[in-house]
Amino acid sequence: MGLSNASEDLSSEMEVDAFRRLFPLRYFERHLAESIRPDGRPLGKARETSIFLGAVASANGSALVKIGSTTMLTAIKMEVMTPSLESPDEGCLAIDFHMPPICSPIVRPGRPAEASPVVSKQLSDTISSSRMIDLKELSLVGGKAAWMAYLNAAFSIMQDIYCLDADGALFDAALISAVAALSHLQIPAVAMNDDGKIVLVSGEDGQKPVNKEKRKLTLRSIPFSLTCILHKNYILADPTAEEESIMETHVTIVLDTSGQLISLYKPGGPALAYTSAIQDCVGLTGQRVKELKSYLDKENSAMEVVV
Amino acid sequence: METDRPDSQTPNQLRPLACSCSCSILHRSHGSASWAQRETKVLAAVYGPKAGTKKNENPKKASIKVIWKPKTGQIGKVEKEYEMILKRTLESICIRTIYPNTTTLVIVQIVHDDGVLLPCAINAACVALVDARIPLKHLVVAICCSITDSGCIILDPTKDQEEKMKAFINLVFPNTIVSVLPEGSLQEGSETMAHGIMTSITQGAMS
Repeated sequence: MGLSNASEDLSSEMEVDAFRRLFPLRYFERHLAESIRPDGRPLGKARETSIFLGAVASANGSALVKIGSTTMLTAIKMEVMTPSLESPDEGCLAIDFHMPPICSPIVRPGRPAEASPVVSKQLSDTISSSRMIDLKELSLVGGKAAWMAYLNAAFSIMQDIYCLDADGALFDAALISAVAALSHLQIPAVAMNDDGKIVLVSGEDGQKPVNKEKRKLTLRSIPFSLTCILHKNYILADPTAEEESIMETHVTIVLDTSGQLISLYKPGGPALAYTSAIQDCVGLTGQRVKELKSYLDKENSAMEVVV
Repeated sequence: METDRPDSQTPNQLRPLACSCSCSILHRSHGSASWAQRETKVLAAVYGPKAGTKKNENPKKASIKVIWKPKTGQIGKVEKEYEMILKRTLESICIRTIYPNTTTLVIVQIVHDDGVLLPCAINAACVALVDARIPLKHLVVAICCSITDSGCIILDPTKDQEEKMKAFINLVFPNTIVSVLPEGSLQEGSETMAHGIMTSITQGAMS
């Protein structure tokens, strides 16, 4: 009696796994008919999100973000540069997105992954579209340096985002990570050395500082995103990598904290996005924006208490 | 409200189109098309279906590979993103179960860029696929709309106008053959198929 029970349990478990492997689309549709997903989430719920600021001590700003299993690490380095002739009173912001082979079985060492430049371009477009950062604030001309008419220098923000674990919704996690790192960013003090160039102040040098001590960057309305999958009549929020590979229509909506639509990104896919589906996605994204903003505010206030 | 455009077009007016597709453009390709919207011009070529699929592709279906060649220089992140969008869009309109274990190569060469580059390339690639007789579910139509600070929508902006606008959005819609399909199949739920968005890329903030 006990032996047959054990055999039956084992065989039923094997059958479920085999069904999932052999017929993944039907396996998911069986779950969708019950308004649930294979990992137990309802259709419109995002995975557990955690934000950790200051993960890289040597960087000017850093953040580690996890959404479910997807993990993103962002570090920011600031340097002094000469601004371009087209915009002499602005700094610049450069974002790079890296997918090392550790993050996914389909990423090979050597050549960069296919998704890497696409997410990088998407991030740059989103952050520049939202005007979250005033690039004029990065300029060093003005203030105490206004009397030096020949002085021409500005800060350059270089942001590197590393994907440590790719389990779907890469752009969402990368954007939260980039935003969290920028909110943690401390602008370093700079001084003019004997050669007349502006260099970063390290420790307690006797040089005269051009700007004040370290200060935070002013962020205007902050963008947040949510990726949804459209499949027949269902909308699945925050997909995993398995769900993304099986169902091919992805819609990414970015809203900022003032309610403006920053991006509506749908790169093809067999399902068409109608007005009602887009409105539902925007509604889900609106809820997600409030949720993420409270996470980020909580983490920032915790950092301020520590300092 | 009215907005003056430097090229004296109305807000809803498309720029003049010039489209030609035949084997007289490129002799070696199976299908080719040249698509111009005023100054912006794109040349598209289609080769295939050729036997075999690359790894990481599904051999049960036909796969599409897109190569985007800029006018000068190497391809960067912008071109990589355009390649991905074009590949996903073309995969959506092709009937990929007819030729399994094959690869169709689509090469897009930019001849001149005066704004509205991605919609121009999508239109050219679609015409080239038709010329190559690749089986398609439907055609696609790509446009670009830009939004001024006062909220006015301008269709088909030039590159100068694009840089002055607050936001713009590239949209791709399906376009069915109405003479063949029965009336009921054009409906999906309460909306016609032509109202559905196939691809959407936005830039700048909207409300």
